[in-house]
Amino acid sequence: MKIAVVRFPGSNCDADALAAAAASGAEACYVWHRSTDLGGADVVVLPGGFSYGDYLRPGAIARFSPVMRAVAAHAAAGRPVLGICNGFQILCEARLLPGALARNGGLSFVCRPVRLRVETDTTPFTARYRVGQELTMPVAHGDGRYVADEATLDRLERGERVVFRYVGGNPNGAMRDIAGITNEGRNVVGLMPHPERASEALLGSSDGAAVFDLAAAVAVA
Amino acid sequence: MTAQARPGDPQITPELVRQHGLTPDEFSRIRKVLGRDPTWVELGIFSALWSEHCAYKHSRPILKSFPTEGPQVIQGPGENAGVLRLGEGWAVAFKMESHNHPSAVEPYQGAATGVGGILRDIFTMGARPVAVLDSLRFGPLDSDRQRYLMKGVVRGIGDYGNCVGVPTVGGDVAFERAYEGNPLVNAMAVGLLREEELIRARAAGAGNPIIAVGARTGRDGIHGASFASEELSEQSEARRPQVQVGDPFTEKLLIEASLELIRSGHIVAIQDMGAAGLTSSSAEMAARGGVGVEIDAQLMPMREAEMTPYEVLLSESQERMLVVAKRGREREVDTICRAWELTSAVIGRVTDDGMYRVRWGAEVVAEIPGKALVEGAPVYHPEAREGAEAAARRARPIPPPGLDLDLDRTLERLLDLPTIASKRWVYEQYDTSVQTNTVTGPGGDAAVLRVRDTSLGIALTSGGSGRFVWLDPYEGGKAAVAEAARNIAATGARPLGITDCLNFGNPERPEVFYQFREACRGIADACRALGTPVTGGNVSFYNESPTGAVLPSPMIGMVGVLPRIESRVGAQFRAAGDVVICLGATRGALGGSQYLELATGDVFGAPPPVDLTAERALVECLAACAEARLLASAHDVSEGGLAVALVESAVLAPELFGCDVDLTPLGPGHPPAALLFAEDHGRAVVSAARADADAVLAVARKHGVPARAVGTV
Repeated sequence: MKIAVVRFPGSNCDADALAAAAASGAEACYVWHRSTDLGGADVVVLPGGFSYGDYLRPGAIARFSPVMRAVAAHAAAGRPVLGICNGFQILCEARLLPGALARNGGLSFVCRPVRLRVETDTTPFTARYRVGQELTMPVAHGDGRYVADEATLDRLERGERVVFRYVGGNPNGAMRDIAGITNEGRNVVGLMPHPERASEALLGSSDGAAVFDLAAAVAVA
Repeated sequence: MTAQARPGDPQITPELVRQHGLTPDEFSRIRKVLGRDPTWVELGIFSALWSEHCAYKHSRPILKSFPTEGPQVIQGPGENAGVLRLGEGWAVAFKMESHNHPSAVEPYQGAATGVGGILRDIFTMGARPVAVLDSLRFGPLDSDRQRYLMKGVVRGIGDYGNCVGVPTVGGDVAFERAYEGNPLVNAMAVGLLREEELIRARAAGAGNPIIAVGARTGRDGIHGASFASEELSEQSEARRPQVQVGDPFTEKLLIEASLELIRSGHIVAIQDMGAAGLTSSSAEMAARGGVGVEIDAQLMPMREAEMTPYEVLLSESQERMLVVAKRGREREVDTICRAWELTSAVIGRVTDDGMYRVRWGAEVVAEIPGKALVEGAPVYHPEAREGAEAAARRARPIPPPGLDLDLDRTLERLLDLPTIASKRWVYEQYDTSVQTNTVTGPGGDAAVLRVRDTSLGIALTSGGSGRFVWLDPYEGGKAAVAEAARNIAATGARPLGITDCLNFGNPERPEVFYQFREACRGIADACRALGTPVTGGNVSFYNESPTGAVLPSPMIGMVGVLPRIESRVGAQFRAAGDVVICLGATRGALGGSQYLELATGDVFGAPPPVDLTAERALVECLAACAEARLLASAHDVSEGGLAVALVESAVLAPELFGCDVDLTPLGPGHPPAALLFAEDHGRAVVSAARADADAVLAVARKHGVPARAVGTV
């Protein structure tokens, strides 16, 4: 199983995502944003960071990177795509996920561990969790407030496409406490918290490690 | 062909010399070096390199007294950063620097570019930056101005560090009236490298190309180094255009490109174009290597039209690096830069004639003997005399605390002081966990990071109490190092070495120079006693505004090593029923304490003296207890004394502990307020499982550290 981590200029969680992917036993490799193919990867991860310095708007420039065509094709083929933090923002900008990530309600960058509830186990990235399971992992973002129109939110809820929800405190004012969502095909997942930073007990939590444990999910797909 | 004035250059007059911050005496020295009058461009170059900021004219003889050697030292002072050996082939590069003046007039960019600059000092050594710490000082937050400054500084640090992906893991913030006119913004950066990957900023090899990499040069920050070398005044606001503008996005690309260049073997040396920009980076690299350089400033990539050689040489535009490549590898260097979407341009060559020569196309606009330019600035030995007011303040007797004092209320008020209260609201704005190495983040004593692929950890801290130095510069200097060492040791790590950022007022005033000299003597003695050599740092003088000088504030940035990361200890209690043990002697010294200020409204008295033998014993004891895995928690005792330390250990854990202790055996006969709030050095509060408590007491006894079980969690 091969996991590709896309590096945009300004990505800064690329190495962390690669390490977490490799720790799960997968073959993990980088793909530079100018690349037009994904090197035969089974899974694509868009890592966190500040692609293009978040200039204009987070993810707004990165979505035009050459690699994004390949990512869109990968997603359209029903294969797994994960966007973490800035990666989630890019997926929304690229319309691979609905809605948008707006400036935090508190107007400041916020970095702290948060509690999340797993809302669905029918995505490749949550297959190893139970619905209702609570996880601890850090958030670290300035623009993480998930927003969408009411119809979209209702559609997400009805389709059980809210993947993670903040519990015991919403760090950014996200609508309906949404921390992560999936697309209609359930193969594309974006979330603001950082599972790669919660993948070893030494770092305070290993709750996020299972997000990268994709062997079973990919074999089924 | 010697350097010629260019058409339109202003005439060299005494007034112009003065505007460049040079004294008549320094000017005649320049004439002697050149054997003629300097051109305007040359005057600008001397102005930058002979500024206090670059030349350490007042501080050099004092800094020479610092211990700089030890088996762990790979690189001491004189390079972009110090480097210490960690073990298993790994080394740590670290340095601290001030960005006070820019932050006083433009807090956001001033602080942001402070972080950017110190990061560049780290990765130019071949180290990947893994952490930033910041020590900040402001006036009380009861004014709009102070809130504006602090908000801007915190946001500037956050936006820059968060974007480049280097976690901000520690530091400290304190508030005193004396910082009102001149805040302090000191940033420390830390990087990790394999010992064999170390590179030094020494130009070598006549004919080797000199290459500018990174951002284009604009008109920002011209004369920033000179600005940093004068007092702040009503006119300082007009200096805002001299503050540089940071671009962390380009910095992130520069980090990756620079580390790749260093590993590629295509380059000889690399340095940041920091203070005094192209001028100082090129001249310093040449002087370190004992060679000359010839640069054509016209070849610098520029972002503005019609720039003059004067502006190009002195611009402090950010995110620029100067590289000396191996001859014939220009194309390879360019390929690496392009891969990271950065521009590079060959702007000159290394020469063997020892001259610092700058061309502008065909013209020679500056030609200066390189060694004299970098090392020829005069050294001053100003008068040092303690001010009468300071001596009287220290001698003022301390009124004994009343026995009827409401201790609960006093503790609450101490915990409310902004200097003591939790800084969570600050550090939650910083990314503290990117790079997935942060084992202990901000909020405790020192931050702890794992060193990936090894069993090692590093502990990092920065800070220092200006008020103790103000009351007694020598003891205060010792205290700054001792407290840093306790912070490191509380995590279970062994202190390895320090970097310092010495913030003082105008050294031409005898009372300021006295503070500086004595504080440095204290730092040197403490570093010798604790085995922590000084590996570099920075001196920031002229921290004065119309309201006066800042408190003399030497900040100490310290690095320690944990042989096994698993044995690190946190500051928070871990389990109810654990035994609380106080290590070190409680003497009840209240001089200069937070309590005394609360009780009397004033800061005075002799600060608690520092017993360096006892400090060393405590450090060894804490490390030994941690290595034997005896401790559940360990926390240094500082501002607010034992009472505050106990509260912090109780509330730092998410599950919120309490404790039941009897402190009277620590100092029978001391009034309760002295037991609770004295800020005696050499102490720590630890907790241990019931089964381990006797072993902790035994280790303490073995190290000669007074220890007493005082209660339970």
